[in-house]
Amino acid sequence: MPRMVLSGNYAQSYAAKLARVHVIAAYPITPQTAIVEKLGEFVASGELSAQFIKVESEHSALQACISAAALGARTYTATSSQGLLLMHELLHWASGARAPVVMGVVNRAVAPPWSIFTDHTDTVAQRDTGWIQFYAESNQEVLDTTLMAFRLAEHPDVLLPAMVTEDAFYLSHTVEPVDVPTQDEVDEFLPRRDVRGLIRPGAGVRLGSFTMPDLYEEFRHKIARAMERSAEVFFEIEDDYHRLTGRHHGGPLPTYRVDDADAVLMTMGTATTTARSVVDALRTRGNRVGLAKLRAFRPFPVKEVRQLAATVDRIGVLDRSFTFGAAGAAFTEVAAALYPETHRPALKNFVAGLGGRDLTPKVLEGMFKALLKGDGPEVDWPDLKRRAEVVRHG
Amino acid sequence: MSPHGHDAHKATAYITEQDLPERPLATVPSDVIKTASWRTFLPVIHLEACTKCYVCWKFCPDVAIGIDEAGWPVVRLDYCKGCGICAEECKPRAIDMVKE
Amino acid sequence: MIASELLAQAAFIEGKHPQSFPFFGVERRGAPVTAFTRIADAPIPVRTSITEPDIVVVLDASLMRTIRVTAGLKKHGVLLVNSDHPVVGIDKRFEGRTATVDATGIALTQGLGTKSMPIVNTAILGALARVTGIVSLDAVVEAIVKFVPAKIEANAEAAKVAYREVQELQAVIH
Repeated sequence: MPRMVLSGNYAQSYAAKLARVHVIAAYPITPQTAIVEKLGEFVASGELSAQFIKVESEHSALQACISAAALGARTYTATSSQGLLLMHELLHWASGARAPVVMGVVNRAVAPPWSIFTDHTDTVAQRDTGWIQFYAESNQEVLDTTLMAFRLAEHPDVLLPAMVTEDAFYLSHTVEPVDVPTQDEVDEFLPRRDVRGLIRPGAGVRLGSFTMPDLYEEFRHKIARAMERSAEVFFEIEDDYHRLTGRHHGGPLPTYRVDDADAVLMTMGTATTTARSVVDALRTRGNRVGLAKLRAFRPFPVKEVRQLAATVDRIGVLDRSFTFGAAGAAFTEVAAALYPETHRPALKNFVAGLGGRDLTPKVLEGMFKALLKGDGPEVDWPDLKRRAEVVRHG
Repeated sequence: MSPHGHDAHKATAYITEQDLPERPLATVPSDVIKTASWRTFLPVIHLEACTKCYVCWKFCPDVAIGIDEAGWPVVRLDYCKGCGICAEECKPRAIDMVKE
Repeated sequence: MIASELLAQAAFIEGKHPQSFPFFGVERRGAPVTAFTRIADAPIPVRTSITEPDIVVVLDASLMRTIRVTAGLKKHGVLLVNSDHPVVGIDKRFEGRTATVDATGIALTQGLGTKSMPIVNTAILGALARVTGIVSLDAVVEAIVKFVPAKIEANAEAAKVAYREVQELQAVIH
């Protein structure tokens, strides 16, 4: 297995190439551009035999992918921020049509004010579109999860689109060592998709036609069930991937040093790496703290959150986005998951790292300390630049 | 470092939420930001071939093509990044990209 | 940006764990950008920007007129500048080592880039290898051979010449 120094963006490209995608359609946007450029190079050089469809917008890119995926082609696209928002209508279309498109998303802040830096608003805002969502912590995870996402999305019990996200610049433009599986290994893990599907020219079927109120609900429930099943299927897929590559990323909610922890912080994406160091540093100073990484946001790992909460008294949820008029989305969902439980830990929401603001060890340590002390508001923006007198009044 | 130059962060280092306007309004018009420093190729317009179709003006992704009083297109040197789109789109091929 | 990625590749060749990333407000050829590289013996446990570097490498000395390049640089760190003359006006608080190399001259001699836009990435890495020992010259050359798409020999030679010619200032002139 070759080990290469790759950016998160190239990890996406290599994954799509190793998956032998049939169709790629994408529109460039910073910081996603290099993903598609590299794939274009692979196609141009003949290293990847795929249809590379040039389109005039993200909306068209996803439409092309939905059509191809519905016909049975393995399809890939990638976007970010405003591009993902432009796709919104078709995100629903993809899941409704049960088109297993795989998409790389570089998490980038939403305008205005204009920004190209990392923030999870773009993908978190798509949580109701019926897409499976994975958030990656490292370029290795980007590559591995993208390969797993193809198998999960195309699994006959699932047939749903999936997105694999990576933090802008913290992964997209950061190079670091990545183990790249061989083509043989990937071929064994992810056989080519059979394109002779139910939908083909002359088959006399139509997709997505008008449905009366007596049946629409049933189709929606099928998506709900498929999303639930995907959680189970993902475990099998991760085990298979582990057998093949020796790597296992720990399910939808991997944890770190939580067994005896007084307080656990839940993170998504690259903040996890730094937070892990902070856990180690705090533990050397006698603070029993731990970490949980929310890797899958859809389906939301309700069971795993409940398991974690059973043994912990304080949980902080770090959201790198905010749902205006409510709280951070991950926080709200953790709270909802824990409502029926008899043991309900104290919850705190930290909203930080928006628009590319660095989540430094100091900022993260402050979150752990606030958790241990139990002070501060339930929903806290701990890193805001505020005048001192305003901070006093909260 | 910010998109507006290497010094901008110094000016904003002590700004707090209370110092910012409610809406994200920039108080400096964008054309004070000269964007031509990274030009390697300069478009040169040959007016004898120009038909005043203004395709260059329309396609310029910045504000680098102006129209003078006589209606001729002119390159605004403070903004032209030398991308060459005007030369590519010019139907009568009246624009050459010349290395500076 | 290319220099920081090549440095990461060179460190990787030597069995280290690199992490390299750029920071830019706008993406454009020739615009000033900063790029960062961390190098460690084990996987790097943080994903934050670097505010207190051990080493600062300046590819264009004219930037020193407007940017305090030693900002955050560790007191006893290393400052390496692409310059054909000893640099002056370095912040008094900096007590570390300063070195210069005429990477522009070396690049032009090797036919890398143009006078208005010399490509100094590979030369500066040769100098960095010499001054800091953070990677070996051999690893730099191997990274160039593997990852530089054009003029491989000229780029490798630029690194070697810079390795020989880099000058460390005996006394820092503030």
